[in-house]
Amino acid sequence: MGGSHVYSDYHPRWLRRKLSTYWWLEKRAYVAFILREGSCMFVAWFVVYLLLLVNSVVGGPGSYARFLEWSATPWVLTLNIVSFLFIVYHAITFFVAAPQAMVVHIGHWRVPGVLVLAGHYVAWAAASVFVSWLLLGA
Amino acid sequence: MGSHIRLQVARYRPEQDSEITFDEHEVPCPKDWVVLDGLNHIKDRIDATLSYRWSCRMGICGSCGMTVNGEPKLTCATFLADYAPGPVRVEPLRNFPVIRDLIVDIGDFMQKLVRVKPWIVRQAEKPVAEGEYLQTPEELDEYKQYSMCINCMLCYAACPIYGLDPKFIGPAAIALAQRYNLDRRDEGASDRMAVLSEHDGIWGCTFVGQCTKVCPKHVDPAGAIQRYKLTAAVESMKSFFMPRGA
Repeated sequence: MGGSHVYSDYHPRWLRRKLSTYWWLEKRAYVAFILREGSCMFVAWFVVYLLLLVNSVVGGPGSYARFLEWSATPWVLTLNIVSFLFIVYHAITFFVAAPQAMVVHIGHWRVPGVLVLAGHYVAWAAASVFVSWLLLGA
Repeated sequence: MGSHIRLQVARYRPEQDSEITFDEHEVPCPKDWVVLDGLNHIKDRIDATLSYRWSCRMGICGSCGMTVNGEPKLTCATFLADYAPGPVRVEPLRNFPVIRDLIVDIGDFMQKLVRVKPWIVRQAEKPVAEGEYLQTPEELDEYKQYSMCINCMLCYAACPIYGLDPKFIGPAAIALAQRYNLDRRDEGASDRMAVLSEHDGIWGCTFVGQCTKVCPKHVDPAGAIQRYKLTAAVESMKSFFMPRGA
């Protein structure tokens, strides 16, 4: 098969259309998908940021103070705010997708997707409350 | 709403064209006319050379999938009045080679489909005297959704992964594999695993999710693929930790 040969009655000439490099701009759903995929980079950045934090804590009070000072610089602050927004987007789109991927059975009862979704949000809220308690209450 | 609507129809005549061009026609637009009725009107009354596939006209055969105003649609289930005042642009399904006008080459899909063995595989049939292979309603519910697939290939047309990498086995083939994997009468899951877990199988999918959005039968191929990823990962872990079997 191919488009290079000459057409004849018994040898059709297929038209092969190439997907544009900018296919992801054609639909809002594709843009949302690309943003979701791109949000992984911000997840990676937060992992790096956390490792830098741990490294500064291990380095002693002076090292930790320098880390806090560096974290307060405008570009790091901006990067972290943008990263936070992307991570929230990543989490929400992940949760929305979860019921499609997870089919949960309790006995013979198939748990509805909306409850699987709710379970994710409850777990997220519980984890947030626990971390808040660790930071503020303990 | 007017009594007519403009239909812009893609034409590709391989004996003379090297690209798609568009013919524009006014067609009647009563409220019960679908896009396919508009195409049939053109074929019967205006230009008999227009080529397209159709058969049942009731959303069962899966033949009349085309791109309508940029979206993959069954033209027998897409009402012209919903696009009033128009125009309505009809193109061949994306991601497939075009043979002529609105007809695409489905050979690639047919070859992929047969690879996942979309039928019940039995190691040995039980004697007829032992009766039918009975199922409970719960067992039927496990796969019924996937059995609704009509092979219309709208999901392939909506999938940018398939568009970028035609080797990807694709949404419908995986959903139909799951239809049989989840059937308690079937014993062919390991055969299908060999095909689905290869590089061009389920792992090619990055969960764009448009296959599910465009599916006219609510099959949810994206869900089938993600479910199978979980199954494949569990099986892979099992074979790693329990190489001699559980």
